[in-house]
Amino acid sequence: MGMTIGEKIIAAAAGVQSVKPGEIHTVNVDYLMSNDGTTHLTIDMYQTQLKHPHIADPKKLVFIIDHNIPAENPKTAEVHKKMREFAKKYDISFFEGKGVCHQIMFEKFVKPGQFIMGADSHTCSYGALGAFGTGIGCTDFLYAMVTGTSWVMVPETIRFELTGKFREGVYPRDLILTIIRDLGANGCNYKVMEFAGEAEHNMSVNDRFVLCNLAVEAGAKTGIAEPDEKVTEFLHGQGREGGTMYQSDPDAQFLQTYHYDLSKIESVVARPDFVDTAVPVREIGDVRIDEAFLGSCNNGRIDELRVAAALLKGKKVHPDVRFLVAPASNAVYLQALEEGIIDILMEAGAMVMNANCSVCWGSCQGVIGAGEVLISTGTRNFKGRAGHKDSKVYLASAATVTASAIAGKIMEAAGI
Amino acid sequence: MDRFEGKIWRLGDDIDTDIIIPTEYLALPGVEEMKQYAFSPLRPELSGKIEPGDIIVAGKNFGCGSSREQAPEIIKHLQIRCVIAKSFARIFFRNAINNGLLLIENPDLYDHVQEGDRIEVIMNDKIICAGGEFPIHPLPANLMEILDAGGLVRAMQKRNGILL
Amino acid sequence: MGHTLIEKIIMKNTGEQDVRPGQIKTVTADRVMIHDIFIPFVVEKFREMGFQKVWDQDRIVLIYDHLVPTSAVEDVRHFQIGDAFVKEQGLTHFHRADGICHQLMPEMGYAKPGNIVFGTDSHTTTYGAVGCFSSGIGYTEMAAVIGTGEMWIRVPETIRIVINGNLPAGVYSKDVILRVIGDLRADGATYKALEFSGSAVDAMSVASRMTMANMGIEAGAKAALFAPDEKTCEYSDVKWENVSWLQADQDARYCRTLEYQAEELEPVLACPSKVDHIEPVTAWSGTKLDQVFIGSCTNGRLEDLAVAAKILEGKQIAPYLKLIVTPASRSIYREAAKAGYLETLTRAGAIITHPGCGLCCGRACGILTDGERVLATNNRNFLGRMGTSKVEIFLGSPATAAASALTGVITKSEI
Repeated sequence: MGMTIGEKIIAAAAGVQSVKPGEIHTVNVDYLMSNDGTTHLTIDMYQTQLKHPHIADPKKLVFIIDHNIPAENPKTAEVHKKMREFAKKYDISFFEGKGVCHQIMFEKFVKPGQFIMGADSHTCSYGALGAFGTGIGCTDFLYAMVTGTSWVMVPETIRFELTGKFREGVYPRDLILTIIRDLGANGCNYKVMEFAGEAEHNMSVNDRFVLCNLAVEAGAKTGIAEPDEKVTEFLHGQGREGGTMYQSDPDAQFLQTYHYDLSKIESVVARPDFVDTAVPVREIGDVRIDEAFLGSCNNGRIDELRVAAALLKGKKVHPDVRFLVAPASNAVYLQALEEGIIDILMEAGAMVMNANCSVCWGSCQGVIGAGEVLISTGTRNFKGRAGHKDSKVYLASAATVTASAIAGKIMEAAGI
Repeated sequence: MDRFEGKIWRLGDDIDTDIIIPTEYLALPGVEEMKQYAFSPLRPELSGKIEPGDIIVAGKNFGCGSSREQAPEIIKHLQIRCVIAKSFARIFFRNAINNGLLLIENPDLYDHVQEGDRIEVIMNDKIICAGGEFPIHPLPANLMEILDAGGLVRAMQKRNGILL
Repeated sequence: MGHTLIEKIIMKNTGEQDVRPGQIKTVTADRVMIHDIFIPFVVEKFREMGFQKVWDQDRIVLIYDHLVPTSAVEDVRHFQIGDAFVKEQGLTHFHRADGICHQLMPEMGYAKPGNIVFGTDSHTTTYGAVGCFSSGIGYTEMAAVIGTGEMWIRVPETIRIVINGNLPAGVYSKDVILRVIGDLRADGATYKALEFSGSAVDAMSVASRMTMANMGIEAGAKAALFAPDEKTCEYSDVKWENVSWLQADQDARYCRTLEYQAEELEPVLACPSKVDHIEPVTAWSGTKLDQVFIGSCTNGRLEDLAVAAKILEGKQIAPYLKLIVTPASRSIYREAAKAGYLETLTRAGAIITHPGCGLCCGRACGILTDGERVLATNNRNFLGRMGTSKVEIFLGSPATAAASALTGVITKSEI
């Protein structure tokens, strides 16, 4: 019987001919990524709880500081110092202040067919390049760091066939928020969300990243977009080659197949305090905002910045709104500088942050206060995510967020 | 305000406003919440030990640095009776007067006392300690006016006819 | 007998013919600056004092900079109070995220030559660079000023500082002012005005003079003044004939004069943890750094970013070092982007943040922990300023900072 992409990747990583959902296999891990959310915990365990501390292959490790950079207090600085010194000691690839971890992995490391684990839930993003990326905790990370392997239970796959074209003002972000709403926050629990179909192949790898990145918000183990020549082109442009592009076999077994016609998708906004609550923006009513955020691993690439600039050109950010923009990486920032996007943002009154998780992580910059309302292109809107526990976070596309920043309240781009 | 005595805490030269109250605490709701952090970078235990009526004796340039008025406010809030220093930084000096915190400038006392000593202050006359007597030079009239009014707020309330 | 710059400014303001040091005068504020960190307290005292309306809604500038961007949930309280006060009083000059207060005040023309300006921040002395008598005050004082428009001051004596000659390559106005503060000491200018002159000063840009005026308070000065010249007129958009009165008389009386020959000056550092602890950069060559900061109202201007970009062009900063760059205003950021400086610095490995006080005020944006060492272009290195009390802060020029970011250790810049 045929296998899905996810099954093929696990089989290859496990060194076996084939795998079936439900089986548990030991896999070789191609990359292990950890950021300043939990690396210090892994390091503490490594240094104090192992009889024979040993790293299987330091070249497979990538340490990235992105959550609280620049540091906002000495505790954070301690965490960073610990990461830095460990990376230096074991010659581990290390990035500090260069961008959000998943964007850096995307730009510099991931290859199709790889099995990658990261100490961050949005590791599922790497499916954009046909890789199997999944989030783990610091203890699992420690195990994989020491052995170079991990156990994984083969997940079932839910397939999403995408057809049609988005209407004006509608984006991949709206699509994934809609899918999550339809399936629910645990609707894809422990599954692979596989994106395929004509419309998927028409999407850029950046667009596919948006879809795969939020798979975990439907409970998925990972998201994978069927790779094609766009992946090869992207890798080539980044100066790397190789990997294996797997496709699901014609007789692969899917738990379920959903069909989405992109032309039927509307611009939506997910409401506080959960990701699976999307409603059409036009139904949200009168919701004043205090802060707007454009950025994060989900929606902080050049495509989103271009959308924002197109809307903001010749206009101003609403005087009562703080509009923060954080490019997902320095590469994105440099491109935005070159295209004149940064100047448009600055002229309009936006605040351009350094490349980091910023407001999405909500603990060192753009922190919102009691009673405040944020509309964001970030990944989550759980209670207190962006600051005070009595604050509210709405999630939407770059277009909706920018339009809202101009209007002072939640609004579609068409309304500007 | 005629005469008083108290136990002294002895701090050195150039005690700056970042020591008196670090910037990270300036967004706390008020001085009441901030006072536990007073002097923390240099003497983290100090604010917990200060008792009402205590006196701070310091070296030169006390209060240098920022214009943060929380610096003299916190010292007043800790119920320090007065600060006697070799010299005061100018923004701090003005802010202290505005808050009704008594400051006495004396170049010699600091070198003749130890932490924990008790000293007596006779206003506009002298300071008496184990090491001797030291004269007090009166403040200029316009500053005494503000201090006598109880600080600048009360002086303004008087001006606006709303003195309670 | 003639008058110093500050005496002349006070005379113009009060209409009096002859003022002398030591006299108490009541002056009218031409403008006041209030910033985010203290606006709640100014408003509270204003109300407590019984004032209803500010004396002049066009003469008050409210600027948010210390809390931009916010880094703690309590921060927005300051904005909420500031926003409400602006609406209530009809204040016409309000900047929420445009940069550091002391950069905006002269840049936007709020502080002009000959003005008297007060601000709720000690580095208000910065506007002395354009011949403005500007000084920092507390929030209670500010509440009284915005209620009455007036403030009593004691006319300060003036210390004259003359710098003649040409600054050698690698020596900048930051090195000059640090040297002056080292010689005066942290309380050497308490209650006094500083007055800068000399051919080296004449050759300086207004931006370079701002660096020097900015740090006047670190020697305890009430004001730090530069007589206006053509450069000032161009910068502040004023006509020479309107400011030509603001020159010190030949027979003005100074309580002290310090003279320097520019050729003899060298790049220096203010060493931990005092601003007046000045030593040559070379005394610390090779000292390992964890972080470098280029920014602040002292040295976050275009010429500062330009020199950093020149040194780092085509190169990479040292591994494991952080370089944080914070332009001082929105317009400087845009100009730096246009000039390619931000691209150069980013490619070299810099982290570029939105215009604001950033790391200088020590609330966020690069806080450090025990045992770490930073070289910064700001104006204060007091204990605990940028993290724990076991962090060492060195102050230096942007050139020293960039050269050191390149090597990862304290390094003298040749250019």
